[in-house]
Amino acid sequence: MFAYLVKRILQAIAVMLAISMIGFAIQGNLGDPLRELLGQSVSEEVRQQLREDLGLNDPFLVQYMRFLGNALQGDLGTSYFFKEPALEVILKKFPATMELVFGATLIIVGLSVPLGVYTAIRPNSIASKVIMALSIVGISIPVFLTAILMIYLFAVELGWMPSFGRGETVHVFGYWDTNFLSADGWAHIIMPSVALSSIMLPLFVRLIRAEMMDVLQSEYVRFARAKGIAPWRIYFIHALKNTMLPVITVGGVQIGTMVAYTILTETVFSWPGMGSMFLEAVNRVDTPLIVAYLIVVGFIFVITNTIVDLIYGLVNPTVKLSRMGA
Amino acid sequence: MTLLSVRDLTVKFATRNEPVTALHGISFDIAQGERVGVVGESGAGKSITGFALMNLLSKPGFIDSGQILFEGQDVTQMSDRAVRKLRGNRMAMIFQDPMVTLNPVLTIGQQMIETLRAHRRLSYDEARQIALVKLKGVYIPSPEERLDQYPHELSGGMRQRIVIAIALLLDPQLIIADEPTTALDVTIQADIMELLLELCRSNMVGLMLITHDLGVVSQVTERTLVMYAGRIIESGKTRAIINDPQHPYTQGLINALPQQTPPGTRLRQIPGSMPTLSMMPSGCPFNPRCELATDLCRANMPDITQFGEVQVACHEVQRLQADLNTAEAAQ
Repeated sequence: MFAYLVKRILQAIAVMLAISMIGFAIQGNLGDPLRELLGQSVSEEVRQQLREDLGLNDPFLVQYMRFLGNALQGDLGTSYFFKEPALEVILKKFPATMELVFGATLIIVGLSVPLGVYTAIRPNSIASKVIMALSIVGISIPVFLTAILMIYLFAVELGWMPSFGRGETVHVFGYWDTNFLSADGWAHIIMPSVALSSIMLPLFVRLIRAEMMDVLQSEYVRFARAKGIAPWRIYFIHALKNTMLPVITVGGVQIGTMVAYTILTETVFSWPGMGSMFLEAVNRVDTPLIVAYLIVVGFIFVITNTIVDLIYGLVNPTVKLSRMGA
Repeated sequence: MTLLSVRDLTVKFATRNEPVTALHGISFDIAQGERVGVVGESGAGKSITGFALMNLLSKPGFIDSGQILFEGQDVTQMSDRAVRKLRGNRMAMIFQDPMVTLNPVLTIGQQMIETLRAHRRLSYDEARQIALVKLKGVYIPSPEERLDQYPHELSGGMRQRIVIAIALLLDPQLIIADEPTTALDVTIQADIMELLLELCRSNMVGLMLITHDLGVVSQVTERTLVMYAGRIIESGKTRAIINDPQHPYTQGLINALPQQTPPGTRLRQIPGSMPTLSMMPSGCPFNPRCELATDLCRANMPDITQFGEVQVACHEVQRLQADLNTAEAAQ
């Protein structure tokens, strides 16, 4: 177990190094920091001086090592626009995005398993056919379009739901304000969560259905039937656990991808999270903030994947965590 | 006493067009504690027969007509619930490949205990005790540890022993063993067969042994059914069928055994192959491969008739018997 953890952490560090390298390379090539800092009425001499002071004339690797050293101390640069440390700006937006992703994950996990299992067990029922048809629709419509349609229908036409913002939030600790402790907060998070889950949910329903149908054809399911085991036990004890093994692996990657999808959802719903902040940063060519965002998202990716691998090892008895470390 | 009585069992497979027939109205009995072998080439309908008895045919197969009387009750007329109460309890099944029979994510103990608790009101500990006893019965070393292990931690032979232990958990009256040793090492095959024979004998359990190994059939079973293209074409005492086969197909099977040919010569295999379900020849299904086939064989399916110690479905055997009868009458 320990060896496995060490191996996973080393892998995670390697991935983070690669991400930081890419992020830094972007920083060096995306716009001129001096223009953002100084404006146009400053003489060329002062510009050169400042360029020297900021270390912008140093070789790439020297600059990268300096960037890395600072990053390790939690300094990802200073946002040009907010004039604040970039990491700080992101951390303030981080809870809003994570709550949105959490809401969407809840919807996906809560619905994809029962729907996937049902459509696998009763593939010919009308309900299954409707679910499968809807899932194709869900996958095909882009998130931002789903979001806009939902706003039009539920906020504008029916007036059931608020159309933008986080609404009333409750302070938990630090920068963390939560939506989940007030009725207004719940009302505000439902539509963005549904919109965010609108592509992943059908994808998971179809994935679980396909895996489950495969598993139901297996010899061990047939043997369980030959033992006289009740159907519910065959479906949920014998088949579901085997079904979930590949689903967990794919799921981990998808949760990471969902963080990226928040850019669209947050923008449409004016959700004050990292996603909409990133889009604003791009518009303002706020390079340090863009780079910091990429690194933080990369970090989330690496963390979720590591956790998913650990869960996989716990669920699948043929994976011995101690052996995987070897 | 008759334990199982199958009458005119017809199994069909639904296709996009007409359903095709996999079993053509077969009939046979198994007495209490009797061991019956079912032999034939792949595709003869041996496994389908076994699964049909438990009403476990996988789609698109279905029982079209006929009766399966098990302990006096017709399995084909039972509710799903009633059949489930029978499976694993009164009749159990052993599958071909132990590497895929056990669920990889459940421990041996879980898979044994759930079977016991599906049929009897037992506490977890009581069920565990019974499982332990049964594991000892199939000579599993350190059974206590095995209960908490997963299938992948055990060898193929060990897994098949566990499958046998699961089949015996509730002291069934009939075990259907579908080629239980085909997937195993040759050295282990004999051990497993020996074990199965011993357990069936000592517990007075009926055994339906599906196999294409005639050697195994002659060692283990008392009676044999020879199947070809979804029909039973010869049946009788195993000794009689092995020593004095009547049907040209059974003769061909026995002649094809490597022991029947001198070393270095070609094996005497039966020419051609079994017809597929959708391309069944008219008349006797064996006629395209039979040296003795006549126009009669190509036109009509022969009925099953008694010939000496065995029942045979063959026009040529019937003609031979008629000749003998007339010869006797003439004397």
